[in-house]
Amino acid sequence: MPDQLLQQLADGLLIGLMYSLIAIGLTLIWGVMNIVNFAHGEFLMLGMFTSFWLFTLYGIDPIFSIPICFVSMFIMGMLIYRFIVSKVMKGPILAQLVVTFGVSIFISNLAVYFWTPDFRLLPSTILHGTWQIGGIALSIPKVAASVGSVIASGCMFFFLQRTRTGKAILATEMDREAALLMGINTERINSLSFGIGTALVGVAGAFLSTYYYVYPQVGGLFGTIAFCVVALGGFGSIEGAFIAGILVGLAQTLGGFFFDPSYKYAIVFMIYLITIWIKPQGLMGW
Amino acid sequence: MVTHINFTIRRIIAGIAILLLFIVFPLVVRQPFHVHVMILVFMFGMLGVAWNIMGGYAGMFSFGQAAFFGIGAYTSSYLSIAYGVNPWIGLVAGGCAASLVAAAIGYPCSNLRGHYFAIASIAFAEIVRIVFNNWQMVGAAEGLSLPMQNESFANFLFNSSKLPYYYIMLALLLVSLAVCYFIATSKMGYYFRAIKESHKIAEVLGVNVVLYRLMAIMISAFLSAMAGTFYAQYILYIDPGSVMLLATSIQIVLIAMLGGAGSIMGPVIGAAILIPASEYTRVALGYKGTGVDMLIYGLLITLISMYYPEGVWKLFSRIGRKLT
Repeated sequence: MPDQLLQQLADGLLIGLMYSLIAIGLTLIWGVMNIVNFAHGEFLMLGMFTSFWLFTLYGIDPIFSIPICFVSMFIMGMLIYRFIVSKVMKGPILAQLVVTFGVSIFISNLAVYFWTPDFRLLPSTILHGTWQIGGIALSIPKVAASVGSVIASGCMFFFLQRTRTGKAILATEMDREAALLMGINTERINSLSFGIGTALVGVAGAFLSTYYYVYPQVGGLFGTIAFCVVALGGFGSIEGAFIAGILVGLAQTLGGFFFDPSYKYAIVFMIYLITIWIKPQGLMGW
Repeated sequence: MVTHINFTIRRIIAGIAILLLFIVFPLVVRQPFHVHVMILVFMFGMLGVAWNIMGGYAGMFSFGQAAFFGIGAYTSSYLSIAYGVNPWIGLVAGGCAASLVAAAIGYPCSNLRGHYFAIASIAFAEIVRIVFNNWQMVGAAEGLSLPMQNESFANFLFNSSKLPYYYIMLALLLVSLAVCYFIATSKMGYYFRAIKESHKIAEVLGVNVVLYRLMAIMISAFLSAMAGTFYAQYILYIDPGSVMLLATSIQIVLIAMLGGAGSIMGPVIGAAILIPASEYTRVALGYKGTGVDMLIYGLLITLISMYYPEGVWKLFSRIGRKLT
């Protein structure tokens, strides 16, 4: 029993760190632009497919395709911002909500069209197997993804707090008009943030492809969970998203362990609703 | 003043003419598929009108309307299968059940606005879907099949023709439009619009924000659930995968937005454009699971929100004013 519980805790932590990595990009976009990016899950799916095809066609291991995913998704994010999202930024709030839904449906069905709706799994890559530590088994790809998540969050935190561009992003997030008056090109910050947010989820996709099924609709579930993580952590808060991701992961596995595994996502959404009821701004929001 | 009355009379005449057109339509066009598409137009029109009451007027952008739709469908079907309750009673019972659930979820969410409300509504609808997907009493993932009975108006069941369904759905749509018209022109409508503009200002003006938001959600849930019961009686089979999908919720929002959120007829026009477009492209392209129809649909959503975020209703009313 204690071993089983420890195993659940470990699994929760590992999946939670994955959620953190997915959510960090989303919270950045949300915080800076006040735009809900419903296509975030589809960007994750594109990251997964990029890594999948690079391995299948060219034999590039996912661990080495991470930089490729980062760069290609960065460009993709910038383009989507420039040509679609920026067009609705001044429009009604409803249009801002719906436009990324359109993008998400378009991307996932484009993937269905090109790659069929099949489920694919990468054969064993450099990262495979499990570690036995005492009574618990840790899957190595998941551990690697978690380490990646911690590193990426750390880099992001450092970038925002220590670099000029990062500070400009934070300033825009706090007060757009004041940032504009201080001479910050907020339009450039917007597209940069959208690019970075998308690039981060691309990295998450590369990690996720090492142990999860790759299929066009994979973004739906992860996207919805990422929203809960972001809202739970506080919109725009990197630290909040990081902590909330772990909490959601733990809630999911422990909820499944103590109640019923088929309700694990319902438990996650329930916790989210209760949190925003008590504290609408989230754990770390202001 | 005279011109104003003239204008109103002309509008009433135009309304009656359009209504007559819809009444005659299935008698002239006899192909079942076209009638089916029109029934869907009315049904999604009704769902759009229901969304509009809380989204367009009171400013709560719900992306979880499918939950209310599904609760309506499940309530009437379950009551009918388990206790032999007449579907017409189930229609009201489903509405009441959805309203109660709406109140239970709407009250804690009464501080949430804009994006925050939208995400909360998705989370809520997903919880409802997961619960129904695992709830053995209502058939879990397998869903519920309604038993065959003698066809009659009293049984809300017709096998030989789609016509009765067509007229019932048209009547339900008219009822929901009447409700929406009543709200829009009454004090309640002004309260809703004040809440949409700003919670704080509405509160300062003496509007009970929590109460009126709850009323908007409950009315909207009631109407959506009625459409759900209709769907169950029409298709005779429901499961969480068909009546509680996020895709359905999004479609409802899109219909209202395309037509024009915050106008009475907007959602109906939105449904009249979007539903035939998606049904006929699906038929034309042949559903092979290649996702081409959904591809076009996604593109359409993106383009509409980029170039027509105010909806075509504005365009229509401008043309209408010129003609009259």
